[in-house]
Amino acid sequence: MKTKGKVTGIISNIVIVKTEGPVAQNEIATVVLGDVRMMAEVIKVVGRDAYIQVFDSTRGLRVGAEVEFEGHMLEATLGPGILSKNYDGLQNDLAGMDGLFIRRGQRTAPLDREALWEFEPLAAPGDRVEAGDWLGQVKEQWIMHKIMVPFAFEGTYTVRSVAAPGKYTIEQTVAVLEDAQGVEHPVTMVQRWPVKKPIKAYVSKPRPSRILETGVRPIDTFNPIADGGTGFIPGPFGAGKTVLQHAIAKQAEADIIIMIACGERANEVVEIFAEFPRLDDPHTGHKLMERTTIICNTSNMPVASREASVYTGMTIGEYYRAMGLKVLILADSTSRWAQALREMSNRLEELPGQDAFPMDLSAIISNFYARAGLVNLRNGATGSVTFLGTVSPAGGNLKEPVTEATQKAARCFYALSQQRADSKRYPAIDPLESYSKYLEYPEIIEYLDRRIEPGWADLVNRGKTIVQRGKEAAEQIDILGDDGVPVEYHDRFWKSELIDFVILQQDAFDAVDANTPLERQRYMYNLVLDICDRRFEFDDFQTCVAFYKSLINLFKQLNYSEWESDRFAEYRARIDELLETKESNR
Amino acid sequence: MTTKAFQKIYTKIENITKATVTVRAQGVGNDELATVGGKLAQVVRIAGDDITLQVFQGTEGIATDSEVVFHGEPPVLRVSDDLAGRFFDAYGNPLDGGMPVGGEAREIGGPTVNPFKRIQPSELIATGIAGIDLNNTIVSGQKIPFFADPDQPYNQVMADVALRAQADKIILGGMGMTNDDYLYFRNLFENAGVLDRIVCFVNTTENPPVERLLVPDMALTAAEYFAVDKGEKVLVLLTDMTLYADALAIVANRMDQIPSKDSMPGSLYSDLAKIYEKAVQLPNGGSITIIAVTTLSGGDITNAVPDNTGYITEGQLFLRKDSDTGKVIVDPFRSLSRLKQLVIGKKTREDHPQVMNAAVRLYSDAANAKTKLENGFDLSDYDERTLKFAGEYSEKLLAIDVNIEITEMLDTAWKLFAKYFTKSEVAIKEELTEKYWPQTA
Repeated sequence: MKTKGKVTGIISNIVIVKTEGPVAQNEIATVVLGDVRMMAEVIKVVGRDAYIQVFDSTRGLRVGAEVEFEGHMLEATLGPGILSKNYDGLQNDLAGMDGLFIRRGQRTAPLDREALWEFEPLAAPGDRVEAGDWLGQVKEQWIMHKIMVPFAFEGTYTVRSVAAPGKYTIEQTVAVLEDAQGVEHPVTMVQRWPVKKPIKAYVSKPRPSRILETGVRPIDTFNPIADGGTGFIPGPFGAGKTVLQHAIAKQAEADIIIMIACGERANEVVEIFAEFPRLDDPHTGHKLMERTTIICNTSNMPVASREASVYTGMTIGEYYRAMGLKVLILADSTSRWAQALREMSNRLEELPGQDAFPMDLSAIISNFYARAGLVNLRNGATGSVTFLGTVSPAGGNLKEPVTEATQKAARCFYALSQQRADSKRYPAIDPLESYSKYLEYPEIIEYLDRRIEPGWADLVNRGKTIVQRGKEAAEQIDILGDDGVPVEYHDRFWKSELIDFVILQQDAFDAVDANTPLERQRYMYNLVLDICDRRFEFDDFQTCVAFYKSLINLFKQLNYSEWESDRFAEYRARIDELLETKESNR
Repeated sequence: MTTKAFQKIYTKIENITKATVTVRAQGVGNDELATVGGKLAQVVRIAGDDITLQVFQGTEGIATDSEVVFHGEPPVLRVSDDLAGRFFDAYGNPLDGGMPVGGEAREIGGPTVNPFKRIQPSELIATGIAGIDLNNTIVSGQKIPFFADPDQPYNQVMADVALRAQADKIILGGMGMTNDDYLYFRNLFENAGVLDRIVCFVNTTENPPVERLLVPDMALTAAEYFAVDKGEKVLVLLTDMTLYADALAIVANRMDQIPSKDSMPGSLYSDLAKIYEKAVQLPNGGSITIIAVTTLSGGDITNAVPDNTGYITEGQLFLRKDSDTGKVIVDPFRSLSRLKQLVIGKKTREDHPQVMNAAVRLYSDAANAKTKLENGFDLSDYDERTLKFAGEYSEKLLAIDVNIEITEMLDTAWKLFAKYFTKSEVAIKEELTEKYWPQTA
């Protein structure tokens, strides 16, 4: 029996309900307004009064309106067919909605109930299984989508039967499991899971030990993100957060990409809708859309479902991780999620923390980031969720609660700088402010030794020192004037500029330059560092500046040239020629 | 606002604050309109039988026995083709002495367009201003504000843009507009003979500030009627969004909400986004483009209003006075149109992106040269030439009083390049330079 209740109070989208039975915190409720049924979530209970936040506009709602409590928390529907879908924050399929406008209370099924999937059994009768174990698989796009023992199943079960190979819908029984009491449980291809609870169907969560290639040089070379790692990108508006995230979504070496457009512009999502079905995944050659799922809760959609959207995305990510896949989740922007928390906390009249954000903001953010990670599954496979969120700090000032709380939780920090953006140095990742904690992990250092070349981490640090020293030299030149400092200062500055222009800047709109594979990054970085180690003789600062400018120009052409093409070789040769003219006899 | 039959009249007001009254009543819907002592009010909070109403004009003179009449519906606008050519107040009542407009009553602040049903914007909106068309091209379905200090002629620039843009309808939402500016717009539209394309919703400084909150929703409801129902290209002008935000802050304060940055309500981002995200390119060919004004205080863009706006809109147009030429220009460094990539070089001539970048780069070299000069360092020959180029670039292209076609802007830029620089200094792709470099410089 569902608990029922009646509306007694309304403040914007918070509704107070007098309940007639038990209710649970975070339980889902349905508010009935004429023939419209609106979804809501319990966020506070005081005596018999349940405070629910409605995922829709409460316009026209009256005291006395009926409310039903559904007996479960906000759940994601998990099964084959999620890939390539465009969902809202509550996992409604946006493509399935009729009409131009999203009507209040409109719900659409997340998965196609009629579609037939070619099922292939992986388990056999008599097998002992636990939650998350693979019972069979179907081909979804080009990945093998595992049908698992539902995560909600506790303890060990015995497989009674598994369906024969063949075509089934998601709601047909594909296996029967028997629990310790001898009760039989039919299993279909679809299961539900509360989005705010992490899926823990794994044996262990080791430290990340390899990096996730993104093709973006300032990330991969300078501050790599681990496969199963966490990172965030704070930056003022116009600094290129979205372009950078889209570049990563296009190029990252992941099996599944989940893009959460959380409280951002609708036209940016439209760009993904328009582009991803056309573009190729550089690692597999399939269309990008085939590995992508979009959770789209743009800024004008209800604030409460904006809060839900990041959890929905994370839950879908964890689901695919349990299949032994590499999942990358990109959320733009987590600040909008925090603002949704703030609006809610404000309406509940909670005592505010800094900038009116809720006091537990930091804990909420940490718990969320902690759901990412590399996991070892029971069958020996590994899966990962890598999470990268953007942060939109108010006024571009990084000393604000969301940035600070995220900094405590995320291991990589990619600070986008206004100054770099103004001088069109894209991506505007500040080389000195940004960091990757993973560069300090012994297991990652070892991995880099193997994957790229021995001693790579040291080489990276050397590059960073050159950039740092270049910055110091630039400050001296600014104070004392071009002629007021020794030529070596100019040389030092321009060596850091060389790294900046060749490695750290990258043209996201150029077909070749946009994506640099690790092998090419290794080659280019060594080439540049080798030049930084050389000594050149200059008569005056002007010849120094002119020399480096021509060098940078040649290097840019090199970056624009197809890897190992004739053009590439030609520019490579011209760089050597130029170097010979200036090199002093060592 | 006529009273309907069988409406219950309440005369026992329990509580009166500066902006709200609380009355005991039953069967009242959230967001519903009411009349309190003859003044318009809206339900903002319901706690059992206690209904709190926000009185738009303030509660001065309201007595505990004033009449409260509930209208049974949220604010609506009657939409039909008759809206065209009319001037209304924030409630949608005629200001021009004409008859009220008939038509279907639509709730203002209606639902969201399904993002999946949107079309990628791809139609250029030409304004004749090079600072916009050349450097920061606007596209239909875009939302972009002018960031300007109060002393800049933003309303005039916006009016110019509106008149030159080939829109089917221009809808003006004026918030906290001075009476003088209101009359300016009115005369301008009348004299230009475009009244049949105009719809205005105006809240002047003479009206209560809280009324302003209705203006954008009114304007956008009218815009949706023309764009969605009629498939027209609609341009919505909203001025001044900073004053709109101020009204939000007043209401939030009176509702005892905890303020966040710069005394603004914590929901400022969502409140602004709900307005700006109405900008859309529709599959039926109709579109809503929003050009707004956000006034700054001393050019400070870190203030909560411009800051939140910047995160919502697709770029911003900075107005500033160029001290060298004395003209108001669209600042090429701080302005940005995020959607220009969708049209430049595609809907405009192929050399557009490169010419635009080269000119801005050379202009920025001039800025560096200027700093050098101010710091007492010597200028090179190149520096001198960039300074001369910058002066002419500013006068012939950046100034907002220039009104020419985009192709002419590109040709002008090439002429300036050839006048002051060598081909290698301009550094544009060789095939383009060969084609467009003026033969007789």
